[in-house]
Amino acid sequence: MSGEVGKARPHESAVGHVTGAARYVDDLWPVTGRVAHAWPVVSPHAHARVVDIDVIAAKRDPAVLAVLTAADVPGVNDVGAARRDEPLFPSEVSHLGQAVAWVIAETEDAAKTGASRVSVRYEPLPAILSIEQAIEAGAYLTEPARMRRGDPKQALRTSPHRLEGELFIGGQEHFYLETQAALAFRDEDGGYFVHSSTQHPSETQEICARVLGVQKHSVTVQCVRMGGAFGGKEVQANGWAAVAVIAAAKLGRPVRVRLNRRQDMTMTGKRHPFLARFAAGYDGTGKLLALEAALYSDGGWCLDLSAPVLERALFHSDNCYFVPDVEVVGTVCRTHHQSHTAFRGFGGPQGMLVIEEVMDRVARSLGLPPHVVRQRNFYREGNETHYGQVVRDAARIDRLWKELAESSELTLRWEAVRAFNATSPHVKRGLAATPVKFGISFTTAFFNQAGALVLIYKDGSVQVNHGGTEMGQGLHTKMLQIAADALGLPAEAVRIMPTRTDKVPNTSATAASAGSDLNGAAVRAACSTLRERLAEVAAVHFRTTPDAITFADGRVYPTGDPSSSITFEAIVSEAYLARVSLSSTGYYRTPELHFDRASGKGKPFHYFSYGASVSEVEVDGFTGQYRLLRTDILHDVGDSLSPLVDRGQVEGGFVQGVGWLTTEELVWNAQGALATAGASTYKLPTAFECPADLRVRFLARAAEPGVVHGSKAVGEPPLMLAISVREALRDAVASFGDDGITELACPATPEAVFWSIERVRERSVVKQAASWGE
Amino acid sequence: MTLRFVLNGHEVETEATSTDVSLLTWLRARGLTGTKEGCAEGECGACAVAMLRTDVHGRTRFEAVNGCLVPLSAVHGRTVVTVEGVANPDGTLHPVQTAMVNAGGSQCGYCTPGFVVSLFCEYYRPGRTSVDLESIGGNLCRCTGYRPILDVARALPSPEATDPTLAVLESAVPPEARVEPSSRTSRFARPTELDEAFRLLEAHPEATLISGGTDLMVVANAASAPTEKETTWLSLTAIAELRRFEVTDEAVVIGAGLPLADLEELLPEKAPGAVPLLEQLLPLFSSRLIRNRATLGGNLGTASPIGDSPPVLLALDARVGLASKAGRREVPLATFFLDYRKTLLERGELITHVVIPRPVPALQRFYKVSKRVLDDISTVAAAFALDLTRDHRVAHLRIAYGGVAATPLRALAVEDRAYGQPWTRATLEALLPLVERLGTPMTDMRGSAAYRRAMLSKLLEKFFHDTAPAAKAAE
Repeated sequence: MSGEVGKARPHESAVGHVTGAARYVDDLWPVTGRVAHAWPVVSPHAHARVVDIDVIAAKRDPAVLAVLTAADVPGVNDVGAARRDEPLFPSEVSHLGQAVAWVIAETEDAAKTGASRVSVRYEPLPAILSIEQAIEAGAYLTEPARMRRGDPKQALRTSPHRLEGELFIGGQEHFYLETQAALAFRDEDGGYFVHSSTQHPSETQEICARVLGVQKHSVTVQCVRMGGAFGGKEVQANGWAAVAVIAAAKLGRPVRVRLNRRQDMTMTGKRHPFLARFAAGYDGTGKLLALEAALYSDGGWCLDLSAPVLERALFHSDNCYFVPDVEVVGTVCRTHHQSHTAFRGFGGPQGMLVIEEVMDRVARSLGLPPHVVRQRNFYREGNETHYGQVVRDAARIDRLWKELAESSELTLRWEAVRAFNATSPHVKRGLAATPVKFGISFTTAFFNQAGALVLIYKDGSVQVNHGGTEMGQGLHTKMLQIAADALGLPAEAVRIMPTRTDKVPNTSATAASAGSDLNGAAVRAACSTLRERLAEVAAVHFRTTPDAITFADGRVYPTGDPSSSITFEAIVSEAYLARVSLSSTGYYRTPELHFDRASGKGKPFHYFSYGASVSEVEVDGFTGQYRLLRTDILHDVGDSLSPLVDRGQVEGGFVQGVGWLTTEELVWNAQGALATAGASTYKLPTAFECPADLRVRFLARAAEPGVVHGSKAVGEPPLMLAISVREALRDAVASFGDDGITELACPATPEAVFWSIERVRERSVVKQAASWGE
Repeated sequence: MTLRFVLNGHEVETEATSTDVSLLTWLRARGLTGTKEGCAEGECGACAVAMLRTDVHGRTRFEAVNGCLVPLSAVHGRTVVTVEGVANPDGTLHPVQTAMVNAGGSQCGYCTPGFVVSLFCEYYRPGRTSVDLESIGGNLCRCTGYRPILDVARALPSPEATDPTLAVLESAVPPEARVEPSSRTSRFARPTELDEAFRLLEAHPEATLISGGTDLMVVANAASAPTEKETTWLSLTAIAELRRFEVTDEAVVIGAGLPLADLEELLPEKAPGAVPLLEQLLPLFSSRLIRNRATLGGNLGTASPIGDSPPVLLALDARVGLASKAGRREVPLATFFLDYRKTLLERGELITHVVIPRPVPALQRFYKVSKRVLDDISTVAAAFALDLTRDHRVAHLRIAYGGVAATPLRALAVEDRAYGQPWTRATLEALLPLVERLGTPMTDMRGSAAYRRAMLSKLLEKFFHDTAPAAKAAE
C-alpha cells in the first residue's frame, strides 16, 4: 500500500481552483467558435394560460437566430424525470418566472433584447401560493405516505403528559456559486455532445434524448466539475441542457444556456418548505411515549423529487430517539411555486427538525434541560426504527454524546450560561446540544449501483472513469486515493476523468451522500481486476504465484523482496506484449436493501451516520440579532478516506445548515414572485456568521464494516448538526422569559428571534401579574 | 475611444463599449474565465480582481474590487491583476495560493479565485502587521464553512524580499486618466477637473453621475435588456478635489468621492475618536470589496432610504457641499432628501463634500439591524448623538433612522421633547410613544412593517441602555 487512502490530501483540483485554470461549463464558450446564446422569455404570472406568443418583433433583428417554442421540440416536450409533468415549453405556466420561450442569438445581449421583444398574452388563473392554501384546496402531488408502529392514538390518550403543536419550516436556496449552465454541440454525424453542470449526467442524457426524439446513444453528456450543486443539479440541470441541445439541433451551432443568479433563483426549486403538525405524549421524566406527526411539504408546481424527499423526512422524524408508539404521515402539496427539489439532507433535515422541536417543548414543559431529555430518549442497542430497521450501533449515539458532552464541558457551561443570564437583562446566552442519525443509501433500492472504467496505458499511467460527479465534495479526490492504493501507485500516476455518459452508462445521480460508497467500491473493483491480471504477469516475471506479488509506490515485487522490484510501467509493458487487457470495468451494488411502501416497513439504509454538536449563542434582546460564540462537533465518518475532504464536508455542511436555520429566508410576495431572488436580499452566511470558536473532531474507533475501506458517507449528515444552533437560540430566547415552551419561527432570522423574545416576555409579564394577584 | 490598461502585466487596448459592460463581462468574454460571476450584485466576491492604486499615504497598493461593478471604461489607465495573474512569473503558485491548497480552502472552487484575489491584496497591504479579516468579508463561500480560509488569512506570511511583486508596489501609480466620451449612444466620460465635469453635464444633460458604481452597476447588471437609449455616465473618480479629507477644530470635511475604505483608514489616524459614529458605521457598511469603491457622495446621491450613511450624517448635523457651473453652496443634510430617491440636487449640480461640524456630541451610537451582521443591507439603521449637561439633562440629542420611511428620517419631535430632560428611564418612557409614531415603515423581504416599527423604539431603548451607565459613570 502506498497509503493514499486515509491521507489528508488537498482537493484534486485545488491548484486549478486557486489559479483560475479549473474550467466550468460556462468557461468554455469564450474558447469555442460560433457559439449562440440563449435567453428565456419568462412568465410574470404564477399561474396562467399562455394564449399567444408573438415572436415577430424579436425575429426582426438579424442577430436573433431563433425563438424556440413548443413547435421546435423534435421529440417530447417534457423534461420531467420522475413524472412527465414538466413541459419545457408550457401552454400553461405554473410559477412566476417560468420560461415560455427561449431566444437564441449571436450574442447574449442580442438574445436578451430579443427576449424583451417577444410579447406573450396570458390569461391569468387562480394560484395556490402556500401549503395552507394547497391543503384547503386539496391540491396534492402525492397520496399520503405513512409509517407507523403500535397504536399512537391509544398511547397519546394514556400518556401522563401531552402537547400539540405546529411548526413551519422554511425552505432554502441552494446558492451554488456556479449557476445552472449547459453548452450543447451537434456533431458531424448527427450525434450530440452536451457539457452540463449536472449531478446526474445519465438523466441529463435521457432528457436530452427525449426532447430530441433520438436514442440515448446519440447523446453524450459530460460534467467536468460543478461549482457547487447541493442537490440543486440532481434533476434541475436537465431543462437547461434540453434547451441548449434543441437549439443546437436546430441551428447546427454550439448553443450556450446559462442562468444568471436572478433567473436561477426564480426558475429553480429549493429545499422544500414544510408544515408539520404534531402531538406528543410523554412521561414526567421526558420520555416520549407517543408521537403523531403530519408533514406537508410545498412541492411546487411539479413532482420532481418531492416524493422521496418527503419519504426521507418521514424516515428521519425519529432522529436518534425511540418512540414506542408512533405514526408519521406525509403529503406533498402542489403550489404555484418553483418546483422544490433535492437539497443536501433531502427531507431528512425537516423531519429531524420536527422531532427536535418536540424534544425541546417536552423538556421545557417539564422544566428539564433539553439535552437531558434528549439523552433519555436515545435509541438503545436492539431498538428498531418506526419503519422496522434495526438501529445498528445504537450505542454509538450515547457514546458520541457522552464524549462530546465531556469535551465541550456541556454541564458546566449550561450552568455558566444560566449564571450569565441571571445578571444580564438585555443580552442572553443560549446553549444546546443536538444529535444526528442519518440513513445512508438511496431509499429507492435500484439507484444503489455504480460503475467504473479504469484504463491503464503503456507508460503505466492510469485513467479512472466512474459514474460520480464532482461538485466540490471531494469525490474525485477520494476516487483517486482509492485507485492509487488499489494499484500501488502514487497519486500522480492516476488521473480522474471528467464524468461522461460514454464511459460509464446508466449511472445514478451523485446524491444521497452515497457517491464515495458506491463509486469507490466500483473503482476498487475495476482496479482489483486489473491488479489481478498484472499480478499474473508479474508472477511469471518473478517466477512466483500471483498472490505473492506486492504493488506499492509505483513498483511491483515479490512480497517481502522490494529490492528486486521493477516499475509498474515495466509490468504494464510486459502485460501489453503478453496481450493482457489493460482496461476493466468495475461494478458495485449495495446489498440487502429493501423497503415496502405499502406497509411502511423495511431496511432502506445500508447503515446510519451519527454525529452531535453543542452550540452557544448570544442574543440581543432589543433587536433579536445574535452571534454564534462556539460550536463543538463530534462526527462519525467511519475510517476517513480523506480527512481534509471529510473535515471540509463536516464544517461546510454545518455552516450551510446554520444558514438554513438562521439568516436564509425565502420570501414570496402575494403574486407568487420570489422577493429574495438575489444575493442582496437572500443572505447566506459570511465568514462572520460562523461560530467564533469551531471545534470539530471525528469519532474514533468507528470503522464501518461493509463499506469501502471502512469509511462512512459524509456529504449530508453534518448539515443537521446545525440544529444545535437553532436550539441554542431558542434557549437564549427562553431566558428572556420564564423558560417555558418557547416557539421560534424557522428560519430564526433576527426578526423571528425578536418576536419570539417579545412573546416569552409578554407571557412572563402576564404570569407575574397573575401570581401577584393571588 | 481606445481604452488602454495593464492586465496581468501586459498592456492591452480595447475599444470602449456600452457603459454597462463590466470589467468582469469583458474579462470572461476574452477567455480570462478564472474570474467568476456569482451574483452580479457585488455581494459574493467571486469576481474580485486586484487594482493598483495610490493609497491615502501615497503608497502603491493592490486593492480588491468586485469586477462585476467596475465599468470596463473605468479601467482605462489602470493596472489590473486577475486570478490568472496571481501565480509567480515562473508559474509556481503564489504563497496565498499554496496556503489555500494545503488548508483545504477550496471545495467546488467557484468562489476560490475571488478569495485568492482578496487574500493577495491583503498579503501585500502596506504596513500589514496582522491580518484584517474584513479583507475577505465580501467573499461568499457556499462549501467550506470558511474555517480553512480564515486559517489561511490568519497565517498569511510576509512577502519574501525577492518577491517580484514588491517592485511593482515600489513604483508610483499615475493618477486616474481622463476618459473622453465616445460617440456611441452609450458613453462613459471621466473628467479630471470639476469644471470639465460641469461642461460635460451641460453637453449631456441626461448624464448619470457615477463614482464607485457600486449601486449604479447593480442596476445596470440587473437590466432585462441592454439600454437602447442615449446614455452618458459621468465618472467623478478622477477629480482629486472630490477626495479631500480635512480635519480642523471646526469640522471634519470629507470629499464626496473619497472611497469609504480610505475614510476608514484616515479617520483613526488623522482624527482619532473625533467622529465615533463614522468609525462605528464603516465596518458595518457593506463589505471591504464594496468600500474600496463606494463613497459618501454616492450613498447620499442615490438617496436610498436604506442607505447606511444618511442616519449617521443626519445625527451629526452634517452639511452637504454642492457645486455646479453656477456656483457652490452648502446645505444641511436634513434638508437634502426630498422624497423617495429624490434630493434637492439641481440639474448640473453634484455633491463635492460632506462637512461634519465639531465638536461632536459626546455619546454616539450607530445600530444596524440586518439579517446578517456584515455585507448586508439595513432593515433598519439608527444613529444617535447625545450631549448631557453636568446634571445629566439632555443638552443636545439627534436621532436619525433609515429604513422606516421613503427617505432617511430625523426624529425631530423626539429630539425637541427630550431637550432639557434628565437622561433617565422616565424620560425614555416619555419618548418611546413619540418614536413609535415616526415614519411609514413597510413590509418587504428584509423585514415586516411591525418589526421596523418596533425597532424605532427598541433602538432608542438600546441607546439609552448603552449610554445611561456611561452617563452615570461620568458623575
